[in-house]
Amino acid sequence: MNKSRIALLAGLMMILPALALAEDAPVSEMTYILNTFSFLIMGILVMWMAAGFGMLEAGLVRSKNVATICLKNISLFGIAGILFYLCGYNLMYAGVDGGFIGSFGLWAADDAAALAGDYSAGYSAASDWFFQMVFCGAACSIVSGCVAERIKLWPFLLFCAILTGIIYPIQGSWGWGGGWLSEMGFADYAGSTIVHSVGGWAALTGAIILGARKGKYGKGGRVNPMPGSNIPMATLGTFILWMGWYGFNGGSVLALGDAASVIEMSNVIANTNLAACGGMIAAMAMVQILYKKVDVTMGLNGALAGLVSITAGPATPSLGAAILIGAVGGVLVVLAVPFFDKLKIDDVVGALSVHLVCGIWGTMAVPFTDGEASFLTQFIGVAATAAFVLIASSIVWLAIKYTIGIRCSEEDEYRGLDVSEIGMEAYPDFQTVHLGGMGAPAGFGNAPAAARVATTPVRQN
Amino acid sequence: MKKVECIIKPFKLDDVKNAITELGLSGMTVSEVRGFGRQKGHTELYRGAEYQVDFLPKIKIDLVVPADMVPAIIEAVQKEAGTGRIGDGKIFVTDVEQSIRIRTGETGPESL
Repeated sequence: MNKSRIALLAGLMMILPALALAEDAPVSEMTYILNTFSFLIMGILVMWMAAGFGMLEAGLVRSKNVATICLKNISLFGIAGILFYLCGYNLMYAGVDGGFIGSFGLWAADDAAALAGDYSAGYSAASDWFFQMVFCGAACSIVSGCVAERIKLWPFLLFCAILTGIIYPIQGSWGWGGGWLSEMGFADYAGSTIVHSVGGWAALTGAIILGARKGKYGKGGRVNPMPGSNIPMATLGTFILWMGWYGFNGGSVLALGDAASVIEMSNVIANTNLAACGGMIAAMAMVQILYKKVDVTMGLNGALAGLVSITAGPATPSLGAAILIGAVGGVLVVLAVPFFDKLKIDDVVGALSVHLVCGIWGTMAVPFTDGEASFLTQFIGVAATAAFVLIASSIVWLAIKYTIGIRCSEEDEYRGLDVSEIGMEAYPDFQTVHLGGMGAPAGFGNAPAAARVATTPVRQN
Repeated sequence: MKKVECIIKPFKLDDVKNAITELGLSGMTVSEVRGFGRQKGHTELYRGAEYQVDFLPKIKIDLVVPADMVPAIIEAVQKEAGTGRIGDGKIFVTDVEQSIRIRTGETGPESL
């Protein structure tokens, strides 16, 4: 053994007794500071995922809908923050006590004890609120991409308000707020079920109740592609999500103040990264095998699938297992995308394939590497969440649909939500020409043809 | 006066432009268009679903010239824009009734 290894071993042996006593020892101010710091910085990284979602979605919708999707993404994040303050946080965390729901009430920070020198809370109140709030926003972002290009703006935001204020916090209380699922031993480290599948279920019901885009599905099972307007942006969005995920999973260690925590955080981040790698490569390979050409957007989905898959249990797998878990997610997403199309469920960005399908897989995969989790408990968590969110979100979608309506008119969908919903274009300098012959009936063709016409360098054949 | 409309492959624009200016022409209008003739299109794939891209990018050059220049232009464009493969494009010649230079108000062949 070389010197550095001996030193490391000695160091570990020295802190082991300290770790054993950690539960009895009072929380030091330094620990309090570091835990708080972790929540804040990791929460900031998770907030950055909102930019990732925004850019991914903006790149995968057609030009005529880009401004609207940008607005939806940033505004839903604003709504999530406000609703999580108004009722979300307390509904999720206040007085759950092994039950099904917290309590209603505005959240307010209470750090009186810490200010008086008692750090047993472990971290500041606002840092915890902030960290949990950005997760709530992430769950909401998932819905946006799936229902894009034909949903009206304000009805969508109304749904978001209810999702972030009521639905997400209630189911979140079960697993993270000290509710019945956590008492049962349900393991969802950073939210494969609690965040990703919740967004997925809400997106699923939305997509079904909303209906597919006009011209998307034709006779005899024909699927008419509507290619996204900006591949570089979609790619950038995926990279941003990948980076933000280090905060999503890394911050879910929920502590930074001792060596054990920071070691766990390191393993979590390494596993998170490798799962994304596994998902990306597996998806690429699958697409190459199935279709003989690699579709960039499926590759991007594959990376995200890997990330979602590892999110339920990023601490326990070995590095190799993390790659495999991510790889399975990558394979699943490539199979799921055409599957949803077969069911005529129109998911513009693959949100259902990435977040719903892989959210379930990631949750069920935990017992493979975590001896304290059981397949039965994981399944109960998945199923209970599914039932609750399916029913609750359906009720909300239907209520909105039959009161103020959720879908734009056919004319507006053809013109694009940008000009019809918000009265401005994402790319006002480009002429938009709608050409049929891209597989879709004339009139429902792709504006990216126009973006390409305007930007194609003259030397292309 | 005649209008000569040339639809060519985009990467041929520079060669055609140079040939036309060498003939003494001092102006032209270029637009990016899409179209197909016998070339047809090709199949692309997006997220597991195939679709036909029928309209291919082309460049359209519009020239309004004195009638006597037309044969030389046609010869030059055919020579520069041709690759021998399907999709090289077309040239159309039509009559122009009237031509006005906006700045000076000149009309007819002097305005070209």
